Amino acid sequence: MGESMRRMIGTTRRSFLRQAGAGGLALVSGSAWIASARAETLIDLPLPEGPKARVVTTSFPQKAAMILQRTRPPLLETPFEVFDRGVFTPNDSFFVRWHWAVIPTEVDVNTFRLSVCGHVDNELSMTLKDIVDGLPRVELAAVNQCSGNSRGYTAPPVAGAQWSNGAMGNAKWMGVRLKDVLDRAGVKRGAERVRFAGLDEPVVDGAPKLMKSLDIDHARDGEVMIAYAMNGEQLPLLNGFPLRLIVPGWYSTYWVKMLDRIEVLNGPDDTFWMKSAYLIPDTSGATMKPGQTGLTMVPINKMVPRSFVTNLTAGATLKAGTKTTVRGIAFGGSTGVKSVEISLDGGTLWLPTVLGRDEGKYSFRQWQAEFVPAARVVSVMVRCTNSDGLAQRATPNWNPGGFMHNAIETVYLTAA
Amino acid sequence: MSLSAAPVGFGAALLAGLVLAIIGHPEPPGAPIVVPAAAPVPTGAPRTFVLKSVSVDLPSSDIAFPGGTEAEAINANCLACHSAGMVLTQHNLSKATWAGVVDKMIHAYKAPVAEKDVPAIVDYLTETRGSK
Repeated sequence: MGESMRRMIGTTRRSFLRQAGAGGLALVSGSAWIASARAETLIDLPLPEGPKARVVTTSFPQKAAMILQRTRPPLLETPFEVFDRGVFTPNDSFFVRWHWAVIPTEVDVNTFRLSVCGHVDNELSMTLKDIVDGLPRVELAAVNQCSGNSRGYTAPPVAGAQWSNGAMGNAKWMGVRLKDVLDRAGVKRGAERVRFAGLDEPVVDGAPKLMKSLDIDHARDGEVMIAYAMNGEQLPLLNGFPLRLIVPGWYSTYWVKMLDRIEVLNGPDDTFWMKSAYLIPDTSGATMKPGQTGLTMVPINKMVPRSFVTNLTAGATLKAGTKTTVRGIAFGGSTGVKSVEISLDGGTLWLPTVLGRDEGKYSFRQWQAEFVPAARVVSVMVRCTNSDGLAQRATPNWNPGGFMHNAIETVYLTAA
Repeated sequence: MSLSAAPVGFGAALLAGLVLAIIGHPEPPGAPIVVPAAAPVPTGAPRTFVLKSVSVDLPSSDIAFPGGTEAEAINANCLACHSAGMVLTQHNLSKATWAGVVDKMIHAYKAPVAEKDVPAIVDYLTETRGSK
């Protein structure tokens, strides 16, 4: 690669042009690279092995303090304590994950258009006003979780963003039904898939632009949405302003950000991001043995149940003999939360907890219980069972992508 | 609302004396139970919702891969598409795994990596974040 590519360390092609001719890279020696990133706070993620330190950054627009996994394209993790504050994740704390570094930094609401094309009667070019004022407005609470959330706990480890558990969030999404948009265009007989793309672009020519697709029946199920607001506000740019696809109960890879193109296909979608990326083994819990062959790999799809303790941090000291509140969040994945139980004896006896207000089956749900810690070492395991009767896995899964982590979490505490 | 689930059969000493009390969610008793709909529902939000244009600056990373001449190939070839941070927080992976990652960058993601630089990049990754 030539000098020009080397200088292209900006954010977009536009900023590349602005920066061309600017100075070279600051070379940082030794292992001090992370601490050198300005005088920002460091946090140690509770990962079992590998580098644990991350910068806590406040440098990103419309974002409060976030855990920096990568600057460009941005990967920002929600600090876990945020999840103790309620079931809705504030927009300025909501996790961020981009695949390609060419991300528009300006969006003009007057010139933005959403195109609907392909196997339809009438191709559309919709303004934001057409969408906001011209179609029925709907709302839905739904968890948005990265396929690789918790990848940092994968054993043996796999390459990829070494997230702790904060590549997830829950918001009340407001927008329109995808079905209503597709009906306006008129889907022709024989349609099979609907493919979605946004304004972001690969840095290099010929690289696969991020596009994801859904089966036509899924796209028209009345649940999949195009959101223009989250938690009552327009979306932060890094969460997909002005429009984001909402696919309730499915992993975030389908929740296309800065959505500007909807293409109805009359055949299968064989493009890179459906055919070759975000694949899981077609096994229960998407688990396999490292190196195992002969498995069918399929696109990742529905989420599975998870639950977390949010008010007690690993290693904290509790007061022995004193009533202690333990609480957290849970979600059922592709359906609601039926129950959340805790175990204090390593998983032999499971005790019920009380669930908080139901914000809808795709939402986080709070749970709470009280116990009296007696011994020096206390472990709290938490397990969610969803409305389909599917419980969290007792043992971690493994696949080469580090996807669909959902094993039962355990928090180790001491009592004194 | 408060109730206790009596602990039964807790052999482990660490659990002796445990009492689980369940406390209700802080909602007023007798509040009407609203069962949320499964599908998105018409909203009671104000009729007008106005989107405003946005212009932001995204930070760029000034961090290169540390090291001397052995980092030249990775700095020259890899930073155009992504900053260094996430690479440096990877677990220790085998040389074969790192070679696979570099191959994926070149062939799946079309990274314009000079063929002659590939061995130096794989060596750097194996040295910096490799299984020992």
